[in-house]
Amino acid sequence: MKGIIRVDYKPVIGLEAHIELKTKSKMFCNCSADYFGKAPNSHTCPVCLGLPGALPVSNQKAIEWCLMIGLALNCKVRNFSKFDRKNYFYPDLPKGYQISQYDIPFSEAGEIKLKNNKTIRITRVHMEEDTGKLLHLNEDSTLIDFNRSGVPLVEIVTEPDFESSEDVNEFLKKLQLMVRYLGVSNADMEKGEMRLEPNISLKFSTSNQLPSYKVEIKNINSFRFAEKAINYELKRQAELLKSGETPAQETRGWDEKKQKTVSQRQKEEAHDYRYFPEPDIPPFTFDEKYIRELSAQIPELPDAKIQRFQKQYSLPYYDAEILTREKELANSYEEVAKIGNTKGINPKQIANYIINKKVDPINFEPAKIIDEILKGKTEEINESELDNILDKVIMDNTKAVEDFKAGKEQALMFLIGQVIKMAGRKLDSNLIREEIKEKIK
Amino acid sequence: MKLNELSIKQAVEGLKSKKFSSVDLLKACLGQIKAKDKSLNAFITVTEKEALGQAKRSDNLISQKADLPLLGIPISLKDLYLTKGIKTTAASNVLKDYIPQYDATVVSKLKNAGAVLIGKVNCDAWAHGSSGENSDFGPTKNPWNEEYVPGGSSSGSAVSVAANMCIAATGTDTGGSIRHPASFCNVVGLKPTYGRVSRYGIVAMASSLDSIGHFTKTVEDSAIFLNVTAGKDQMDSTTPDTKVDNYLEDLNRGVKDLRIGIPKEYFMEGLDPRIKERIEKAIKLYEKNGAKIVDISLPHSKYAIACYYIIQPSEVSSNLARYDGIRYGNTRPHFGDEAKRRIMLGTFTLSAGYYDAYYKKAMKVRTLIMQDFDKAFAKVDVILTPVSPTLPWKIEEKVNDPLGMYLSDIFTVTANLAGIPGLAIPAGFINGLPIGFQILGPRFSEKTLFRVGNFFERNYKSGL
Repeated sequence: MKGIIRVDYKPVIGLEAHIELKTKSKMFCNCSADYFGKAPNSHTCPVCLGLPGALPVSNQKAIEWCLMIGLALNCKVRNFSKFDRKNYFYPDLPKGYQISQYDIPFSEAGEIKLKNNKTIRITRVHMEEDTGKLLHLNEDSTLIDFNRSGVPLVEIVTEPDFESSEDVNEFLKKLQLMVRYLGVSNADMEKGEMRLEPNISLKFSTSNQLPSYKVEIKNINSFRFAEKAINYELKRQAELLKSGETPAQETRGWDEKKQKTVSQRQKEEAHDYRYFPEPDIPPFTFDEKYIRELSAQIPELPDAKIQRFQKQYSLPYYDAEILTREKELANSYEEVAKIGNTKGINPKQIANYIINKKVDPINFEPAKIIDEILKGKTEEINESELDNILDKVIMDNTKAVEDFKAGKEQALMFLIGQVIKMAGRKLDSNLIREEIKEKIK
Repeated sequence: MKLNELSIKQAVEGLKSKKFSSVDLLKACLGQIKAKDKSLNAFITVTEKEALGQAKRSDNLISQKADLPLLGIPISLKDLYLTKGIKTTAASNVLKDYIPQYDATVVSKLKNAGAVLIGKVNCDAWAHGSSGENSDFGPTKNPWNEEYVPGGSSSGSAVSVAANMCIAATGTDTGGSIRHPASFCNVVGLKPTYGRVSRYGIVAMASSLDSIGHFTKTVEDSAIFLNVTAGKDQMDSTTPDTKVDNYLEDLNRGVKDLRIGIPKEYFMEGLDPRIKERIEKAIKLYEKNGAKIVDISLPHSKYAIACYYIIQPSEVSSNLARYDGIRYGNTRPHFGDEAKRRIMLGTFTLSAGYYDAYYKKAMKVRTLIMQDFDKAFAKVDVILTPVSPTLPWKIEEKVNDPLGMYLSDIFTVTANLAGIPGLAIPAGFINGLPIGFQILGPRFSEKTLFRVGNFFERNYKSGL
């Protein structure tokens, strides 16, 4: 067995996520920020067109929301901050620079915990403006739509703390849910309201150092693409490394048709954005009192809500997680639970009902749900009685038991029916299902 | 006296008492433009038709006894001020066909105050220059001697007022571009406190330095004008809420007990001794009338030009990036040499690895220059200095000496770096060429500057 060395690589993944805020007006002018599907260039003015002489005036609401995102990600808000100009040429950037933040972001140094207890450190959360949109008609003509130009954009940068596409996915879902809870963005990836650029590399699993290269992936507009692109890239890089090559430092795009990443731009480090403080906007000071007031405005966030639901309503994580996926649904659940409490229905039964029936979180009537649960309410059965019945049914129906073990779901339904028949009462079929499974395992 | 030679004050009185109409006044100005502008080249666009409409409307309003501060007064606009529907070129070929969709805030304010906008005047392209020669539409000439430059960059503004082609004019001052041509053309030029007048709708040169001011024939007119243009603008976040004074209030208070600082750094070598002598006479006049003359020092002044020529081109390079050839019809080769020079300088000083050594350091020096003024204004009410170290020079004398041209701003850039106001006052002629001095004050002290300037204007003929 001489000479065989197994080389193990460990993924190093960091994220840059952009989230468009759903403020009424754009970041630096009064134009409507609601650009999706609107007639091209109908939401524009001298400011977002970057006309000569036009000046930016910052949207206070957007700044407040950006700070709230930072606080929700456990970041520290700077007491002093400012905007900077990021200078670069691109046809969708009418001023020749983007107003962004360079060395003093609104907030920084936060963290978020994943289910597996892994901590993802948040480097910074800063505010900037979106660019216009190019529409390439054919080889020699491209149209520009400035409706999106100047829409408030929050950039969230993480440390390279992710080790798998599953981690990234969980984080993104968390982030999406969080901004929806905050009510600051719909973060719909298909609409471009949430965009992400993972940077991916591999290191020796024994190494403590970051790899010498990284590959940034663009063009990711769904969670599914993110997962596929990251997995593809990890595999591609591992193969290169195993053949003795170091992957190039570059930007690659996810090509959904080809199901692979393709090289877009190399030598990222050559970029020089010539940042300098934006002279048209005076700097900001955020005092402790203001930051405290903002913190107080942050609603209960999904993680805290899941924990509270588990405790307060004795729900399993599974139920609590589903019920909190939408803020409205969570609120509905709590309302029903409150009424249920007065009618002797326990919170778990309500959770079951809401989850199984996929209740519309917005258009629902708590009282009606309670009525329906009461109608379908099952009777109690004590454990030893149930145990006897179960044993009997299993013994009398060996064929069905075998069928179920062989994968026939129908057989289980038959067994449940037999148990209820023998008990002569309306029992909770979910409960019986679990019990049977347990018995014949 | 011809109508076009009147001051704002005189013209408003004449219009109100129906001695003449706004149309008469406008026609006198248009007549002067026709007679003189072929050689002076102050105007890029004369808006005769629009102005006639505005003058007729003014006459109507006057007959209805409307009381507006500039009602019926012909005013020219530096061609950096955006005017809706009227070509605005920044005196550059890049914008030679550009017709704006909106009016600058100041343009709207002037219109609302009843002004008749007679045309768009020449300047150094993008306001880059101290002589007016950098215009892509040809140099403007000094009306007192057409072989000489009128100063810049607001060359056409100064000349249009000095040659009585309008009653007042707007300008912009980033490093001296109002005070300098005012002093070369024997008119009053005000560079207000940074942020006192809105920059919205005025082609930006260097955003942290640009001040929006004007040219008038008298100090009183300058105060009347600022009463119209000053104030917070929702469209410009660098205009503070600071209360706007009535700038006419202290005009005739005299200078008794006023402390006037004389910074030694502004009277050293490089200053033409004839200018020095003339300014010393002005100082004596103030002293004789009760002002206290205090010798002061602004020790970091010697770094001002170096600091200014880092910060200004840095901001210029960013502000001109939008003229990328995709919009506005003309591509980047249409930029003139001076703009290209500043774009390259600024791009260099902002580059990674150079930013700290240049831009950041210049910003630190800027703070020191501000502190110099803060310390000085703890001891004195105003500071009096020359505007230009030299008399106007001959056209083409300095075109191949950009550094020499930059140095002509040596006494003016400090006010822009510090954000303080400066008022340029004519102080007579030497060899037939005008000279002037400037009065600098703390931020938002324009009222005091007018008081000090007005005193000199009313008394110097007998005093010098």
